Amino acid sequence: MAPFVVYDIISENTNLLLAFFIGIGFGFILEQAGFSSSRKLAGVFYGYDTVVLKVFFTAAIVAMLGLLFSSLFGWVDMSMIYVNETYLYSAIVGGVIMGAGFIMGGYCPGTSFCAATIGKIDAIVFIGGMFLGVFIFGEGYPLWEKLYMAEFMGFPKISEYFSLSEGIFVFFVILAAVFMFWGAEWAEKKFPREEY
Amino acid sequence: MSEVRKTKYMNPYLAGVLLGLVVLSANLISGRGLGASGAVKSTIVAAVDAVAPAHAESTEYYVMAKGTHGNPLNNWLVYQMLGVVVGGFLSGVLSRRLTWKVEHNPKITSRTRLMFALAGGLLFGFGSQLGRGCTSGAALSGMAVFSLGGFITMAAIFGTAFGLAYFFRKLWI
Repeated sequence: MAPFVVYDIISENTNLLLAFFIGIGFGFILEQAGFSSSRKLAGVFYGYDTVVLKVFFTAAIVAMLGLLFSSLFGWVDMSMIYVNETYLYSAIVGGVIMGAGFIMGGYCPGTSFCAATIGKIDAIVFIGGMFLGVFIFGEGYPLWEKLYMAEFMGFPKISEYFSLSEGIFVFFVILAAVFMFWGAEWAEKKFPREEY
Repeated sequence: MSEVRKTKYMNPYLAGVLLGLVVLSANLISGRGLGASGAVKSTIVAAVDAVAPAHAESTEYYVMAKGTHGNPLNNWLVYQMLGVVVGGFLSGVLSRRLTWKVEHNPKITSRTRLMFALAGGLLFGFGSQLGRGCTSGAALSGMAVFSLGGFITMAAIFGTAFGLAYFFRKLWI
């Protein structure tokens, strides 16, 4: 039964080795999708290239459905799957700061590493900035500790929060995604794309 | 011409399905999602610990980050990020995209692009610590497991970037 590492189907060391292979898949797909180009990534915010939206939401839906079906078939013990904790204020403020970083820098952390591997100098500089940002956070931690720890809500699922079953919730996400994909295809036709 | 360009990369919906399967396999194998900023954090913690061990011991965030496991670099996200570097490079080799360049809108200089890349990286690094994960760890992987926080962070990242797009348009269009 999954998760394999929890049920001792694989050892802790095998788990780390598999993390490496999962990473290879992650990096390979990001690069193949064009996430190694900041102009392609930033395109979603201007409508000329919406690859980010399409890849991101398709991936989220596939993973959600995959986990849902695995759980229905009894393949996975969902209680052993890590659900990210929710600290309301830091989730919002952190997200806002990351959003500003995204539109200024053109990358997010994963995509910047991916772009750096194929020689994008702007990505290498972005990574340098990221190390600096994490260092500043660590050094100044007492200054933002209150915000970091505020409004801890536990490990809530969004479906529970809205009192919906997980299946119904995914259905709404899929509807929203189809609507956004339709808008994305329309935008790419409307806004010209240059060569890059 | 644009049609030729469009076929250069993988179909985005196919890439999305494959990426979703990678997120799914991380959960089924290891009981957790993907991440990128976590490896940066581990590296910083390890570096501070190596350069100034006393300072690392007395700074609460580093102590928390070091947690129970000994070497901060011996963790799941670090191995996964090493894989990302290998995977990205392999893809670049296969698709003949290996080239040193500063990619930027021709309307701005390389210098401007690099200054904003540095500032953007700094903000993203800081924000990823405050938000307990980045686009991969908090948003994508969080959404996959229905985390309320994951959805909130995703909305805040994309909402803010959309909201600020107008002010930074000269960088991109």
